[in-house]
Amino acid sequence: MQLAKATQASSPDVAPPRQASRGRRFRTFAEPYAYLSPTIVVMAVMMAMPVVLVFGYSLFNNVVTTKHPKFVGLDNYVRLLTDPIFQTAAANTMVFTITSVVLHLLIGLGFAMMLNSVLLPRGVIAAYRMIYILPWVMTAAIVSILWQLMLNPNGVINFILQTVGLIDHKIEWLSSTNLALGSLTFINVWAGYPFFMISILAGLQGIPSDLYEAARVDGAGPLRRLWNITLPQLKPILLSMAMLDFIWNIQQFSLVWLTTGGGPINATETIGTYTYKLAFSKYEFSMSATSGVILFVASMVIALFYVRHQKGGE
Amino acid sequence: MALSLKARNRARATLLTIGLTLGAVYAGGPAVWMLSNSLKPNGEVFDYPPRLIPETFTIEAYTRIFTSPDKLRFFLNSYVVALSVVALTLMVGILAGYALSRYNFPGKRALSSVIISIQAVPPITLLIPYFGLVVTLQLYDTYLALILTYMVATIPYSILMMTGYFNTLPRELDEAVKVDGGGSFRALWQVLVPVSVPGIIAVGTYTFMVAWNEYLFALTLTKNRDMRTVPVGIQLLMGEHSFEWSEMMAMSVLGCLPVLILFLFFQRQFIGGMADGAVKS
Repeated sequence: MQLAKATQASSPDVAPPRQASRGRRFRTFAEPYAYLSPTIVVMAVMMAMPVVLVFGYSLFNNVVTTKHPKFVGLDNYVRLLTDPIFQTAAANTMVFTITSVVLHLLIGLGFAMMLNSVLLPRGVIAAYRMIYILPWVMTAAIVSILWQLMLNPNGVINFILQTVGLIDHKIEWLSSTNLALGSLTFINVWAGYPFFMISILAGLQGIPSDLYEAARVDGAGPLRRLWNITLPQLKPILLSMAMLDFIWNIQQFSLVWLTTGGGPINATETIGTYTYKLAFSKYEFSMSATSGVILFVASMVIALFYVRHQKGGE
Repeated sequence: MALSLKARNRARATLLTIGLTLGAVYAGGPAVWMLSNSLKPNGEVFDYPPRLIPETFTIEAYTRIFTSPDKLRFFLNSYVVALSVVALTLMVGILAGYALSRYNFPGKRALSSVIISIQAVPPITLLIPYFGLVVTLQLYDTYLALILTYMVATIPYSILMMTGYFNTLPRELDEAVKVDGGGSFRALWQVLVPVSVPGIIAVGTYTFMVAWNEYLFALTLTKNRDMRTVPVGIQLLMGEHSFEWSEMMAMSVLGCLPVLILFLFFQRQFIGGMADGAVKS
């Protein structure tokens, strides 16, 4: 309807465009910048300035708390990178992130493929899809409280595992130094897979079905079809998702902070919680800025690949 | 042959149902447990063996929340902040998306690359300078501090989405208005925006979710209890009465509800938009 009106209006009976005046030319030149100006102002003040500032802070001995901070060059970086707690945090972050990304991808792919099946009625599939998305509507604060309740030594998880005979005593999932990081990662996997699942589901629906028909005619079994059609077709989506997820997870703060606070004894310390503690419990603002910059650089390196990948896909 | 195929499909469907159900227990079990415990009296939460169906069914936890101005305030704050962010982000995002979709101008490619990479900036990196900035601007402990912060997080995605969406609409649509002598702003507002409602809904839903769920900045940029949002509020209560599990679970149920409802209504637009945004932007 809108379209019909528009094409009608652009019929040739309108006056031919006159030579654009200088003022008009300037206007067309300036117009896109005018539309972008709110974005540019917000981003310059709230994003570019803080980024520049945080780089600056990381080069001084102490900001905010002292009146006359002294320029110390890269000293903070040396101090940070040789701090054993930072090293622990970095190692934990890598374990947490890589495990999360891999499992998000596997669970997302598995669930998406089940939900993409035509063997069951649409309504049934739709109901399952709603259930599968549930973790996603929960904020980190809620995810954290809920899992603390369930992973409590007297909670329902221990009860279930004991009932089926997998464990013989109550386990302290979140307060044992050996298990806390694993438990936290498990929670993060649960909370984060729906994003993969949804994107993969959209990707699966975009694969032309005659590819599968042809493969079937050639006698390819389900595994071969997965390996030779589904995965190659999904590759751009899987790669984008994995990179985004990697960036999000190395930065993860809220869930870790709310669930274990980095403890017990640094067992779940990640770069996010470490950076936060430096600032808001030790008041070492420069060191915190330094840690923040390292996280920033790491994220930007991956983002660079991500942007390239996106451009390549065009 | 036909029969065996039918039998095979039935076997497959059964296997699939088993798989889907196991998955549903993993995915939805915790949510059911949350609901179940919000309907128990507090003393029953750690009963052994645990009961999925409460022995004494009660909505007491909910009535306590609804009769406490203190707790309702968390919800009010979250709504004020989230809805403001949605309105402002949409405005900014629509304008920028229009520019990126319809104009060619120097710096366009660089600008879109910057917008994509901004999404990767770790929030925690910005925390310290940001804290200083908000204090300097005298916005500490105000709605505006949170609103502006969340806009920084939601604008890039909204721009990418709106640009993508406008790109799918034929240029003739808005150019007709300009040929008739209308300005580009009129073309955007009267022609493009009305046909972009599904895209706008997708962006709005996403923006609401981000603003409703944010924790780090809500924690550090507000101080007084009556400025706290739902995620911080829940944690505050947790610290103060960690024994009130049924009430915590009721708060959590209520905290999920707005996002869940939005999602139920707009899931089609949202999922489509999400996938487009993540993959093709």
